[in-house]
Amino acid sequence: MMAAVAQPKLDALSERLAGHALPEGGKWATETRKAALARLEAMGLPAPRDEYWRFTRPTTLNAPDPLPAAVFDHGGEAPVFGQIDRLKIVFVDGVFDAEASDPLELAGIEIERLEEAAGADIHWARDLYGVLETSGQSPVERPFAALNTAFAREGLVIRVTGKAARPVNLIYRHGDETSDGLVHHVVRLEPGADLTLLENGPSAARLNQVLEVEVGDGAAFHHVRTQGRDHERQAITHIFARLGRESTFKSFTLTVNGRLTRNECVVEMRGDDALAHIAGAAMGDGARAPFHHDDTVFVTHDALRCESRQVFKKVLRNGAVGVFQGKILVKPGAQKTDGYQKSQSLLLDEDSQFLAKPELEIYADDVACSHGSTSGAIDEEGLFYLRSRGVPEPEATDLLVLAFLADAIAEIEDGAVAEDITGRLEAWLRRRRG
Amino acid sequence: MLKINNLHVKLEEEDKAILKGVDLEVPDGAVHAIMGPNGSGKSTLSYVLSGRDGYVVTDGSASLDGADLLDMEPEERAAAGLFLAFQYPVEIPGVGNMTFLRTALNAQRTARGQEEMSAADFLKLVREKAKTLKIDADMLKRPVNMGFSGGEKKRNEILQMALLEPKMCILDETDSGLDVDAMKLVSDGVNALRDAGRSFLVITHYQRLLDHIVPDVVHIMSNGRIIKTGGPDLALEVEHNGYADILSETA
Ligand SMILES: Nc1ncnc2c1ncn2[C@@H]1O[C@H](COP(=O)(O)OP(=O)(O)O)[C@@H](O)[C@H]1O
Ligand SMILES: [Mg+2]
Repeated sequence: MMAAVAQPKLDALSERLAGHALPEGGKWATETRKAALARLEAMGLPAPRDEYWRFTRPTTLNAPDPLPAAVFDHGGEAPVFGQIDRLKIVFVDGVFDAEASDPLELAGIEIERLEEAAGADIHWARDLYGVLETSGQSPVERPFAALNTAFAREGLVIRVTGKAARPVNLIYRHGDETSDGLVHHVVRLEPGADLTLLENGPSAARLNQVLEVEVGDGAAFHHVRTQGRDHERQAITHIFARLGRESTFKSFTLTVNGRLTRNECVVEMRGDDALAHIAGAAMGDGARAPFHHDDTVFVTHDALRCESRQVFKKVLRNGAVGVFQGKILVKPGAQKTDGYQKSQSLLLDEDSQFLAKPELEIYADDVACSHGSTSGAIDEEGLFYLRSRGVPEPEATDLLVLAFLADAIAEIEDGAVAEDITGRLEAWLRRRRG
Repeated sequence: MLKINNLHVKLEEEDKAILKGVDLEVPDGAVHAIMGPNGSGKSTLSYVLSGRDGYVVTDGSASLDGADLLDMEPEERAAAGLFLAFQYPVEIPGVGNMTFLRTALNAQRTARGQEEMSAADFLKLVREKAKTLKIDADMLKRPVNMGFSGGEKKRNEILQMALLEPKMCILDETDSGLDVDAMKLVSDGVNALRDAGRSFLVITHYQRLLDHIVPDVVHIMSNGRIIKTGGPDLALEVEHNGYADILSETA
């Protein structure tokens, strides 16, 4: 039974939804969206007193309109993942751009726009769209994900039947300073299938994105995303993943800049012997715009001998704020679980802050779970050593910053992608030094 | 080359004087040794000269070829040609030794208005220098000083010195933790760098290093001062009689 929702939450919700109508669609989509709206109405929008919103103010996400966000000038820099042979699919301000995209065709996978799938009366997506989101609402409520399921018109519906011939790259351009993006993708990997999904770009002034991924038995899903460099953009993203037997799920996110980012990742280990690695590297500077970055992760072990690993690193300066809320839940019977969680921040000054809430909840007796959360300043000894060899202080600091982030980047399996990410960070840091 | 005048240094954190009037002059091409009991201020002198935080110079001066060292940032001192081989080389997780060496070399070249060295030329140079110091490819690949034995760390210091070609080299107890073979490698590495335009200040607790790196002048430091200066024989005297005689004779 749901507890009664506090009036301010409901008021916030009705203000937020004013003028929004559920999209038109086929029978399954309409039912799904109505159910999502009902879930949302039963929760209301988050409030600062909510257990998982104490470190991140939901104000800018709750507001009916986004805060304007200037479009970042890349100054002719080569696009992220540009060196990788990939299928490109472009969204501008959260809206699919057919002209800028490659044809939605790739050996080993089927890709449709959400609009088409939702328009059909019967579609396989019905078993996935909003389904993992619903299951991820308990025990922790995620109202923005329900809002997304109810109102999203844009997104892709992907079914992977074999080994995808190339990585799929979703490119999220931001062009309108007040755009409010609402994007929902679902990906189903059939047993034994294999897909690398690359995402890059800020998407919109404000983004609400949901990605639901069903990883079938023996399938592998590799996910690497970078969230652009727009200073003022706001984003709430959710990944909901369900893992089958002997499947692999690996997700890495790079975040630099952004007034507000909350990346939630909810992983359910359903089949025995599955593996989930979730990693993130965030680098924030509060000098130009506020920087607030929140990683909220929930991994549920509900099968035998699964391995989960969370590695999150944050470099914060000039009043930047980093948040990590990570939980490992081991259900009764999930024996031989190997759960690992590490969250670390490097504070480059006294104004920056890192707030961490690591949690373990274990109901099986034969498991190995560990977690560690640390927060520290730059290593003065290392800094002096580098400077004594002639490396100027800013460059020496950047070397140590990259070294600090290296653990998280090491979670990217594809060498070329990892190199792209590292090379970019180096270049961005160099550019920042001027 | 290096001129130190009446140098007084105290700790920043507490009111404790460590160096109490050090006078020292190392001419071009000379090798000077500083010996002295533990705690006499030898490492402090090397740190102050290279610009480490935590010390306050209350009096005196130090210059390298006429340029005021104490006024420069550590990286500027390095670019001016000063090099300290650390008593305790620092481990830097996550930074590859090769990246570290290349960054350092190119930073110094840039500071001196030279072009950066190409990756290929650099690789060739490192391999050649590493070989003579018996530093293998694995040590070059690993993060800086991580998992290195004491001797490997010291050899890595000498490798840096050989690459950066400083004109004023300070070696702080480079012999500590070295077995006989490693001592020979390190000494050969240092001796190969001896040159009319390059000077050395070799800090050591024991005389044995000075059998390999023969100094022109030996200084004895105690309680923050140079209390005696002499030729290589002075080191032998310390070896045979310990510091007690010298300390009592100058007390
Ligand atoms: N950062 C420091 N904090 C406290 N004491 C220090 C510090 N640095 C040096 N000292 C003290 O200064 C004295 C000289 O130390 P050091 O220069 O290391 O001597 P040496 O190298 O000759 O053994 C010692 O008494 C040491 O304890
Ligand atoms: Mg010492």
